[in-house]
Amino acid sequence: MRSFLKNIGTSVLAATLAAGGLLAATGASAQQRPIRIGAFTATTGGASFLGDPQEKTLRLYVDKINKAGGVLGRKLELFIYDSAGDARQAVTYTRRLIEDNEVDIIIGGSATGESMAVIPIVEEAQIPFISLSGGNVVVEPVRKWVFKTPGSDRMAVSKIYTDMKARGFSKAAVISGDGGFDKSCQKEAVTVAKTMGIAIVADEVYAQADTDMTPQFTRIAGAKPDAIVGCGFGLGGVITVRNHRQITPQIPLYFTHGVGSQQFVEGARGAAENVRITVSPLLVAEQLDDSDPQKKTLLEYTKEYQEKFGEKPAAFGGFSYDALHIALAAMQRAGGTDKAKVRDEIERTKNFIGIDGIFNMSPTDHMGLDFNTAFRLTEIKNNGWHLVK
Amino acid sequence: MTSDTPRQLIACAVLATALALLPIVAPNPYYLDLATKACLAAVVCIGLNLLSGYAGQLSLGHAAFFGVGAYASAILCAKVGITPVVAMLAGCLISAGIAYVMARTVLRLKGHYLAMATLAFGVIISIVLNREVALTGGPDGMSVPRFNLFGYRTTGVWAGYGLAAVALVLAVRTAIVFVNSRVGRALRAIGDSEVAAEGLGIDIARYKTGVFVISAVFASVAGSIFAHADRFVSPAEAGFMRSVEFVAMIVIGGLGSVAGSIVGATLLTLLPQLLAGFDHYRHFLTGLILILIMIFMPAGIVPTLLASGRALHDRYRPFGRSARSVTGRTSEG
Repeated sequence: MRSFLKNIGTSVLAATLAAGGLLAATGASAQQRPIRIGAFTATTGGASFLGDPQEKTLRLYVDKINKAGGVLGRKLELFIYDSAGDARQAVTYTRRLIEDNEVDIIIGGSATGESMAVIPIVEEAQIPFISLSGGNVVVEPVRKWVFKTPGSDRMAVSKIYTDMKARGFSKAAVISGDGGFDKSCQKEAVTVAKTMGIAIVADEVYAQADTDMTPQFTRIAGAKPDAIVGCGFGLGGVITVRNHRQITPQIPLYFTHGVGSQQFVEGARGAAENVRITVSPLLVAEQLDDSDPQKKTLLEYTKEYQEKFGEKPAAFGGFSYDALHIALAAMQRAGGTDKAKVRDEIERTKNFIGIDGIFNMSPTDHMGLDFNTAFRLTEIKNNGWHLVK
Repeated sequence: MTSDTPRQLIACAVLATALALLPIVAPNPYYLDLATKACLAAVVCIGLNLLSGYAGQLSLGHAAFFGVGAYASAILCAKVGITPVVAMLAGCLISAGIAYVMARTVLRLKGHYLAMATLAFGVIISIVLNREVALTGGPDGMSVPRFNLFGYRTTGVWAGYGLAAVALVLAVRTAIVFVNSRVGRALRAIGDSEVAAEGLGIDIARYKTGVFVISAVFASVAGSIFAHADRFVSPAEAGFMRSVEFVAMIVIGGLGSVAGSIVGATLLTLLPQLLAGFDHYRHFLTGLILILIMIFMPAGIVPTLLASGRALHDRYRPFGRSARSVTGRTSEG
């Protein structure tokens, strides 16, 4: 019991000290206070392939902008926490950012679940939140304080169906894993097909841990689709293309951005050849026309990221590049960090040329991307990404 | 043991007072949010400690009961429109039912086999929560309505904290009464040696089932309150890692100690927050701290400190040795 009392005693002491610190802080001049950017990303854990480049990008650009003098004559101060992709930790860190760090804006949520978990808090606290999650549910229905930068599965699937129709295809088969990412994509693939006049003739699902998808492809072969749409990432994606090569090589295969990485192409060991994939423009920046408005931004980001971290940025890092720059531009237009004004200005973002596309937000669209710029259709040729024009 | 009861009553009162004062000294709601999470973890740990610390049974699936409670509240309130208190009770009933059926079949198993069975149960719950998208929202989780009591709608972290604090005090009180009762003594006998306990005429299966059901209900209540406090639940709450976290909390705090459950739960809840500033060294530091605690306090924080406190006490009373034994109990599992 004694240790327990001691524990309580220590926390009371700590809390008192913290309260004192807070009073001292409010005494200082509020005007010269740096602009506080709050962030939480899944830097570790299962979603770290998303969170790691997102965190690095935020650090890189906050540093860079500070060296150039900051925004509105004020420096930026970044508070960033690792949520490990866990909704509960995301909630706690968001409370910490709002209440303890008193940030002016929050960027974060590598996984859709994390973003959904913090939405009630940011709405209640009335602080602008720019999510880095893919799921449509984050901005549908539109919530006053919530925005997001990544393009959605719906746009990727629409892009694929547009290309299919251009090639005269009307029957599609869908193959997906049973994880969250795959499911979201599969749902959109089925829903969007109806509105775009594509018939889904097969809808096959494999378990995340499956090492063989021969049965699924045998059934797909029987349904005779004009093309196959793959939803998935990681090993599931690699096995999908390998089995596709063995069983249905004559049917064209499309994939969404989940497999948009060089590791996928190498893991497929040639089986990814001729597969068409919707990817972030970042992956094919060099191949874009010089007239493409995004080309300059994309190449600059790639160069700066590579100089600092010695590796090419993954497409997911672009999400936080866009979020940060949209937020700062909004603050500049609002002439300060008044939360309501900044929110209004984020909603008024027009023609912002980002990594993930060109953003045009509105009261009814808190993402602001369209599928022409957000996703580029590529075809794998000789283990490389080739833009389909 | 009976002589301990007044002291433990005082301890309960001190705990209740400290919990009541916390909102006054907490500089902002973030600290209350942390306190809420610590309280809820402590409730689960107190229940789990009855099972592991006293009866010596290891459960690697306790987060699943937490998940059942959380999702029962989430689904019944959001989709069926049942009032939260009733949903919480329904969650308890479901958890108790599952625990009872499991106990009848599984608690015959001992040691590693029981751990495996609870582990499997946890995995099953986790899969169901992930797959039944229409009901649970799948891996992306689902949002939960606010808690309301008799039509009075509660708001903010304060309400969540209040519920969690009340639950913790009730859990502590229940656990202390339980431990000091005949049942508690029977459980301790089972924990020490099942054969000997059986020889003394203790109905092992009945007691084990009882304590398993009680610990499941503790976890379920904590889960329900968590769902309303965060207003969001995700399958991660019921995941295997969460179960391991609960076991780690009671081992570090002290097996067979109610105070140890609270200390362990508080420590492991606060540690990631305290170390958040260390960035990438965070995990390394967490691991290091836990390893050091286990090396220097193998019986857990509370039992070790109590033992050294008594040793100190005895040194200054050379003529009267404390009658109480100071063994640090460990689990068989």
